[in-house]
Amino acid sequence: MTHKRWFTPWLLIAPAAVWLVVFNALPAINTVILSFTNAKPLGGGQFIGLGNYTRMLDDQQLVDALINSIVYMLICLPLLTLLPLLLAVLVEKKLRGIAFFRIAFYTPVIASAVVVALIWGWLLDDRGLINGMAERLGFLSGPLPFLTDRWLLLFSAISLTVWKGLGYYMIIYMSALGNVSRELHEAAAVDGAGPVRRFFSVTVPGVRNTMLLISVLISVFALRVFSELYILSNGTGGPGGRDMSLVMLIQLYGQGLTGHLGYASALSVLLFAVTVGPMLFLARLNRKES
Amino acid sequence: MARSGRGFNTVSPAEKVLRYALLLVVLVITVGPFLWQLSTSLKSITEDVYTQTPSFIPQHPTLSNFTEVAKTIPVWTYAGNSLIVAVLVVGGNAIGATLAGFALAKLRFRGSKLVLGLFLATLILPSEVTIISQFVIVRGLGFADSLIGVALPGAIQMLNVLLMRTAFLAIPADVDAAAIIDGATAWQRLIRIGLPNVKGMLSVVVIFSFIFAWDDFLWPLIVLTDPDKYTLTVGLQYLNGTFTSNPRLIAAGTMIAFLPIVAIFALLQRFFFKGVDAGAIKG
Repeated sequence: MTHKRWFTPWLLIAPAAVWLVVFNALPAINTVILSFTNAKPLGGGQFIGLGNYTRMLDDQQLVDALINSIVYMLICLPLLTLLPLLLAVLVEKKLRGIAFFRIAFYTPVIASAVVVALIWGWLLDDRGLINGMAERLGFLSGPLPFLTDRWLLLFSAISLTVWKGLGYYMIIYMSALGNVSRELHEAAAVDGAGPVRRFFSVTVPGVRNTMLLISVLISVFALRVFSELYILSNGTGGPGGRDMSLVMLIQLYGQGLTGHLGYASALSVLLFAVTVGPMLFLARLNRKES
Repeated sequence: MARSGRGFNTVSPAEKVLRYALLLVVLVITVGPFLWQLSTSLKSITEDVYTQTPSFIPQHPTLSNFTEVAKTIPVWTYAGNSLIVAVLVVGGNAIGATLAGFALAKLRFRGSKLVLGLFLATLILPSEVTIISQFVIVRGLGFADSLIGVALPGAIQMLNVLLMRTAFLAIPADVDAAAIIDGATAWQRLIRIGLPNVKGMLSVVVIFSFIFAWDDFLWPLIVLTDPDKYTLTVGLQYLNGTFTSNPRLIAAGTMIAFLPIVAIFALLQRFFFKGVDAGAIKG
């Protein structure tokens, strides 16, 4: 025995265990149960079988949301797997002032998505900095409708996500780069391999596992996107509500006194279904590493 | 040959110039938008913010946008609300995750494997999946439309429990063994041996709990309906939706939300980057 009273560990674990049950396990079970009912915030809640799930099949907004998710993922994946690695290589060498640059590159990560989206909303405004500069330099004759066009709005949100994610994945790559063998780098340099060659034949293979981990993280985050689209579209979901994400639909149906908790829960189950694959893969990766 | 002859850590002058040039380009891309917003927030009402010849330096710098935004929405109350939520979340995680992390790492008891497995299992559950049911529970507890309701679900995060467990596991067993032979209680071992050895991870948990709570948007948006109780992020969205006419005011509002988090991160970043170097930060 490493402690005198048998209940000591349980006392220490109790607060976290209560949170585990009340705010994780019960809501998870309840989400599944609610998804088979027509529950409303005030009363209601009869069992309606698969009603909410068949309703999904006719939901044009949901189709749009899923298309948005796929586009989001397809663009974010290559950009956020590669760019942060280049950044990590750039800040790896201990140059004078490098600590400042590392912190500066991380700033977009610590800012709230709301703050960042409001800043970009102003930059991408019809009369904002980007349109203004482009018109002045003669690239455009009129402003591009970044925030009011169905696809441009989605691409704006994606660029915002990429921009905000750069520093986050840079940090993860930084700790992985520390494990890439220095000898291998030196040997390659002695053999006459230039920096580009060394990047592809030493650095990239050395961080392959981290790359895998990061691409899974990116996929899951792309499926969970909310704030960027919500703020850039001012809560409307863009023209005709076609720029909604799955989480925006969950919020839309789940909130307020007129909410459809049942349908929102069914959408939540769908969200879980599409994220669980990558998440389990991630869990396996982590276990292997530790 | 000249290239490989030099030590691997020395950087040629040409490479140095190239590296700094690239660093500066990335700096403009990552920090530029924040500076532009700061600049907008300091521009006076007489200065044209829409001009096609943008000027980064305000012609007549003024703080009036900050007083003006406070007349439009109770922005300082919102900042206070965000702070209350953040303090509750930081406190809950610092205490709850430390206690549970210590027990899972250092105390042997029946069922510990199962408990650990349950904590791990929650990690595959994105918070958005359970958010509607969490709201049903928080409302059932009587905390709908309250700051306590906003703070409650995130007040002990399972990931933090696991991070603290990892930190406690790293303490060598023989350090602990001496205390056990001396008859120290579990509590004494936690305070005297455990805590001094997990300061680094505890700071990471504190920093990220604060940032998480301060930046969170979706959950407070769902919980709060009374505009007097809004946190900063929800309040800013409200400001943006209602009064888009003046970008200076929105810029001032975003700076009120952004600058405190920068200050806190700047103060505590050395703990964070120490953790990165030690390999503590993983996805």
